[in-house]
Amino acid sequence: MFGLPEDLITVIWTLIKIVVIVAPLMLGVAYLTYAERKIIGYMQVRIGPNRVGPKGWLQPIADALKLMFKEIILPTGANKMLFVVAPVLSIAPALAAWAVIPFDDGLVLSNLDAGLLYILALTSVGVYGVIIAGWASNSKYAFLGALRSAAQVVSYEIAMGFALVGVLMAAGSLNLGDIVRAQEGGFLNWYWLPLFPLFIVYFLSGVAETNRAPFDVAEGESEIVAGFHVEYSGMTFAIFFLAEYANMILIAALASVLFLGGWLSPFAGVPLLGDMTAWVPGLFWLLMKMSIFLFFFLWFRATFPRYRYDQIMRLGWKAFLPVTIFWLFVEGIAIYAEIGPWFDGVLGA
Amino acid sequence: MNMLKKIIRTWTLSELLKGLSVTGRYLFRKKFTLNYPEEKAPQSPRFRGLHALRRYPDGEERCIACKLCEAVCPAMAITIEAAPRDEDAPEINGVGRSRNYGNRRTTKYELDLFKCIFCGYCEEACPVEAIVETRVYEYIFDGRGQNVMTKEALLRIGDEHEPQLAADLEVDGRYR
Repeated sequence: MFGLPEDLITVIWTLIKIVVIVAPLMLGVAYLTYAERKIIGYMQVRIGPNRVGPKGWLQPIADALKLMFKEIILPTGANKMLFVVAPVLSIAPALAAWAVIPFDDGLVLSNLDAGLLYILALTSVGVYGVIIAGWASNSKYAFLGALRSAAQVVSYEIAMGFALVGVLMAAGSLNLGDIVRAQEGGFLNWYWLPLFPLFIVYFLSGVAETNRAPFDVAEGESEIVAGFHVEYSGMTFAIFFLAEYANMILIAALASVLFLGGWLSPFAGVPLLGDMTAWVPGLFWLLMKMSIFLFFFLWFRATFPRYRYDQIMRLGWKAFLPVTIFWLFVEGIAIYAEIGPWFDGVLGA
Repeated sequence: MNMLKKIIRTWTLSELLKGLSVTGRYLFRKKFTLNYPEEKAPQSPRFRGLHALRRYPDGEERCIACKLCEAVCPAMAITIEAAPRDEDAPEINGVGRSRNYGNRRTTKYELDLFKCIFCGYCEEACPVEAIVETRVYEYIFDGRGQNVMTKEALLRIGDEHEPQLAADLEVDGRYR
């Protein structure tokens, strides 16, 4: 094509695909902040931003412009290199993880067979950004935030991993596309039903992983000012912000793919409705499912007070972990006994 | 039994769901927000905004320099100096000098709006309803020293809002 070497074309083609994923994602992040302010506002019986543009639709654009023009302050005594690297470390995994998310049947940037492991690895790397930011700032509050974040990681990550093990046991694959295909059938064939406790544990761990309320101890606005990002301003702060919201969208996408059948239609197999909605593209269903989860993120933030961090650890170790292990055991028996319609044929696959 | 109840409550997350249902219901509540510059909150006739000095219908200023407002002001925002009006006092709205000659009037009536706490005691103390508080609450200072309202400024505000002030005092009159 155009006389370019084969390798170069592959690179360009991949870059185009990346832009096609990242650009809407960034727009999604911008409008997620708007949705957050609106929804939380509504829950607090007020109407939220409505001044910039019609109904406030340009508010996120105005916010972005403001942050771009602000000065980036490097605190004296900060480790300059790490201070700048930290936000990059937190956003890179949040974006890179999108490579393996299947948007529709076959519509995926990288059809990785170890997709689930890749996701687990990348989402865990994100927390290094937080810890390094806290350390590099040379500020007590930032450091406290980083320590809290480190304490939080150990308490939820294991339960989260076990929840994913449940999915992989049921699907018999680590490939996210195959996991979705294993959930083929109607709404009741998706894994949220047989793996309900794991579904809840996964989503709540996801909330903890993105440092969102009620697990936002690393930020802890009322206790340690802004936690790990107190010293950050301008675009460096904006990147942390982007990473947080990109992670929220990522967790929403993952929860949809793993437990709500990704791009599958909820009406498949329903007599009349199934045929009527057969033309709807899978991407639409995935986006709908993601928005449900994102709404829950915002709903939680409007509702729950922050956990104390010893409470988070108690929740992680004494509630999530036993529940997931117990359910893995139950699931193992179900697979062994080939209990349909979910677990028959897993062993044979 | 209580133990069992507690366990069930904990593991069904019932308390958390209850919380979610509350915020969920509030999501659809009617919103209280006023779109401020377009919509404004209703004001009472007793609204305590920017101050004003009033005049009698014939144009004579009401204030008789009794200094009760100065005395009652808890923030000590009011400073008054008084003297009998001298012979060269100008005529006011055609009212002759004969009537006004030698009257005790303020030579200085200054009100520091930075000190003022808008308690309305000056208004209450005034025997002649001279110092009042208007409904004006949208004002700015764009220069140093503008926070100190002079007698002229206060009288001007009074002239501007007299119909409203008179109406408000009329409404409130029966409770005084």
